[in-house]
Amino acid sequence: MDLVEFLVKTVTIVAVFGLTLLIAMYSTWAERKVAGFIQDRSGPNRAGWGGLLQPLADAGKMFFKEDFIPALANKWLFIAGPSLAMLTALLASAVIPFGSTFRIAGHEVALQGVESNIGILYVFGVVALGVYGIMVGGWASNNKFSLLGAIRAASQNISYEVAMGLSLIAILMMSSSLSLGEIVAQQHGMNWNIFYQPLGFIIFITCSFAECNRVPFDLPECETELVGGYHTEYGSMKLGFYLFAEYINMFISSAIISVLYFGGYNYPGMDFVYAQLVKSFGPDLGHNIATLIGTAVFFGKALFFVFFYMWVRWTIPRFRYDQLMNLGWKKLIPLAIFNIIITGAAVLFLKPVITAWLN
Amino acid sequence: MQLTNRSKQVSNKEMTLAERAYLPAIATGLAITIKHFFSKKVTIQYPEVKRYLGPVFRGRHILKRDAEGRERCTACGLCAVACPAEAISMVAAERVKGEENLYREEKYAAVYEVNMLRCIFCGLCEEACPKQAVYLRHDEFVPVFTERDQVIWGKDLLVEDMNNRYTREAWTKEEARALDAKRASGEVTNVVPRAIP
Repeated sequence: MDLVEFLVKTVTIVAVFGLTLLIAMYSTWAERKVAGFIQDRSGPNRAGWGGLLQPLADAGKMFFKEDFIPALANKWLFIAGPSLAMLTALLASAVIPFGSTFRIAGHEVALQGVESNIGILYVFGVVALGVYGIMVGGWASNNKFSLLGAIRAASQNISYEVAMGLSLIAILMMSSSLSLGEIVAQQHGMNWNIFYQPLGFIIFITCSFAECNRVPFDLPECETELVGGYHTEYGSMKLGFYLFAEYINMFISSAIISVLYFGGYNYPGMDFVYAQLVKSFGPDLGHNIATLIGTAVFFGKALFFVFFYMWVRWTIPRFRYDQLMNLGWKKLIPLAIFNIIITGAAVLFLKPVITAWLN
Repeated sequence: MQLTNRSKQVSNKEMTLAERAYLPAIATGLAITIKHFFSKKVTIQYPEVKRYLGPVFRGRHILKRDAEGRERCTACGLCAVACPAEAISMVAAERVKGEENLYREEKYAAVYEVNMLRCIFCGLCEEACPKQAVYLRHDEFVPVFTERDQVIWGKDLLVEDMNNRYTREAWTKEEARALDAKRASGEVTNVVPRAIP
């Protein structure tokens, strides 16, 4: 690997990292704003214009609070918990394709941290590790409520990962590739997977709600039953990291949803726009502008799903634990398997017919 | 016995497939919340916009003057007696010749102090006053104080300013709205903007 490539990769990864943090930070602001708007209030509007400095104020408050560690807690693991949660949340953004490529002085730079041929597997691996952040933190607190909350969170995440993986298999059967860049490239124009996989999409989005511990599946932090869930003993910025990791996860999963089902940076009429831009700005600049438009489209989709998470949060009440498990094991998993069978049959029998008919 | 006509018969019937699938119900819920997302917000931005609290609200005290600008208070002490919190104290003095345009009665309050930390804004002083001298304003609060010497209000703060007289003009919401309209058109200037629900 030569130096230029190394530098380019470093810059891309730092940019992706910074952008993820920024979006997660403003998700906390957006969450409160959306909550306010849905409840006929106006939300935070005192710190800065429209309350835009609210995340900074919150972070400042978190940092200045006492960094307390319970006497009987396992000190190292108690600190490792929120660190792990943040680490795993941030790792997943590395493989997301934010756009196609930039052409700078003859080099093609992909707008993606790492182009990996097992991208989606990597995301799943990292997301599965996210359970450890909760489990380690909950156990290390040496508190029964924390431990119960952590166990609930872990069992919930593990249950829903199964259905999530199964719903994903249908996508993989269609794309026959594990690379996220490849999956996006196949959804060129308006050829989005949502039109082929509506059932898979519903299963996937339900499971991602559960994976992010969002309402209606936010049982790990169910205050009425478990005091504060796995972060009962946490305060100061360690609590802040747990809450912040949730928002990062939310953005990452929104990005994954838009990549897998809504065509990522693809939008209808992109070939026409590309041709026009290349004609008027030349092959390099035109290509770069087209990529930027694609990236904007991608962020539009991802941020819409972040909004959707909030919208659902302020609409639906929390599930009971047995309802959660029933939904996960008895409904979503059979549905996902059914979806796989349907997809397999369609790929095998319907696709040749349609292809022949189109040609 | 039927108490309201909103009561519903409870039924234990099996849910239909659409009900068990959650999704139609969730979609209905989402439609309701998004409707509220775009609806008008009910918040009144408090320090900038004040709500009209009605003509009988009891805010800060004022010592009224009469139409010729003479202080009405005659230092009888009935307000201090009526005060359950013992917040009012005064020193009486006799009017001398040449002060007839300052004080209406022959006896007046040389010192009149209200301790705003003790005052409970019950309005009993207002009711006790035989001369209609002391009132609790309906449109102004006691501002927040941060120092001890701001707590006791003397005559300098209490006595009415003849250039900005206190009147209780709006007795109903409609009158308050009309007054706000007058202020917007520039006819009157002594009305503070407020939200009238």
